[in-house]
Amino acid sequence: MTFTIYKRELSSYFAQPTAYAIIVIFLLLSMIMTFSFGNFMRVGDSSLEWTFFFWHPWIYMLLAPAVAMKLWADEQRTGTIELLGTFPVSIWVAILGKFLAAATVWLVALLLTFPIVITVNYLGNPDNGQILSGYIGSFLVACTFLAITMLVSACTRDQVVCLIVSVAICVTMVLCGYDDFTRELSKAASPAVVEAVTSLGVWDHFRSLNRGMLRLQDVVWFASFIIVPLLGTSAILSAKRS
Amino acid sequence: MIEVENLTKSFGTKVAVNNLSFSVEKGEVLGFLGPNGAGKSTTMRMVTGFIPPTSGDARVCGISVVDQPSEAKKRVGYLPESAPLYNDMTVTGFLNFCASIRRLRGSAKKEAVERAIETCFLQSVARQSIDTLSKGYRHRTCLAQSLLHDPEVLILDEPTDGLDPNQKHEIRQLIRRLGETKTILFSTHILEEVEAACTRAVIVDRGVIVADGTPTELIEQSGTGSLTDLFRQVTTRDTAAPGEKKKSGKSRKKTAKAGA
Repeated sequence: MTFTIYKRELSSYFAQPTAYAIIVIFLLLSMIMTFSFGNFMRVGDSSLEWTFFFWHPWIYMLLAPAVAMKLWADEQRTGTIELLGTFPVSIWVAILGKFLAAATVWLVALLLTFPIVITVNYLGNPDNGQILSGYIGSFLVACTFLAITMLVSACTRDQVVCLIVSVAICVTMVLCGYDDFTRELSKAASPAVVEAVTSLGVWDHFRSLNRGMLRLQDVVWFASFIIVPLLGTSAILSAKRS
Repeated sequence: MIEVENLTKSFGTKVAVNNLSFSVEKGEVLGFLGPNGAGKSTTMRMVTGFIPPTSGDARVCGISVVDQPSEAKKRVGYLPESAPLYNDMTVTGFLNFCASIRRLRGSAKKEAVERAIETCFLQSVARQSIDTLSKGYRHRTCLAQSLLHDPEVLILDEPTDGLDPNQKHEIRQLIRRLGETKTILFSTHILEEVEAACTRAVIVDRGVIVADGTPTELIEQSGTGSLTDLFRQVTTRDTAAPGEKKKSGKSRKKTAKAGA
């Protein structure tokens, strides 16, 4: 059943310009960042950590909500949620199917950046395990933002409201824990507050994966920031009906 | 086949459906009448398992919607009000999707989709994208979706709303034909429809049943030989002040105009 919903959502992404636009914009932005601010040609960093992956959370915070915003908002606006709600499937099946479809769009986008991997392998001698780990980290950040957007999308039938709110949340999560921000914050707030705010940010966990390390705390962080919004989505959708 | 027992639904302090009980037998087509906001759609949404009742229960083929929602949903075909559809799909694509979700596979699925397309006269638009369809075709596509799994119970929320007279006629014929083998509950506020398609009708007002009987009985009950008169006698119009006594049709019209 999850697969049926997944297939429908995925074909809906690719039947409309949404997925293509998002993928093309992601590829353009990530390459522009890599070659301009990332100084790819001059730095000679074959791990891609600073030149390529560093820019992903910044791009995701704006683009990931655009992919997931329609998932429930549209369903509620057009009333098709009433069809889904009267089919003999649990709401979890639909939540999972939709989430996986949105995640697949990002997976396709990420896979299409393969020329950069070929390039570093041609130019240097990188640790491909570390690059793979970087890709996994990047994908998990995207999934986190998609799950959060899905939660927001369950709250509203208006896609624009959903986009604005989710972008605001994702931007906050990128800024929290970003070095410059943490430095400014530590001047004003106590270390406990700084630590609490930093722990909400993606950087700590994203960077450790970029360096090829998968620590338990990273697994726990990503899992909870993906699963909790999905649970919240189910709670909100049920609460809205009663 | 459908047994509704003391069904109540309140949204905050507003009681939409108040202790409603009725039943529909196999081979019966029950017309569910009432003014806008009387609680018709809310009742249907509860019977289909879309929203949980505040109290009470509804049973479909003896299965409780509250206790075993999935089992009950398998036996119901539902056409929601305004016929929602996925606009980015084609008619066949949409029906295939609904059939898959109803656990139909392979040739059973193919047959079900073909049968539904045929029953609802959708052959000419089968490969067309849903967002290019006219309202009549949209309604029929959504109706086709409710017939895919050959359910024993059909619940149709205003199936003829917004259709032209020809389409209305076709849908009524279809309801009548389907009613021979299935249990049908359909809501409407078009009174001719009751005589044309129902074997029985109930009128609800503010969440309570105010009249129940076969079309002939209801017409007799009106005293004037017109269902419209009965409808106006037993229901409250939304322009009436709370507690206001019901008046004759003529003065009511005036109040309605003044209210507007």
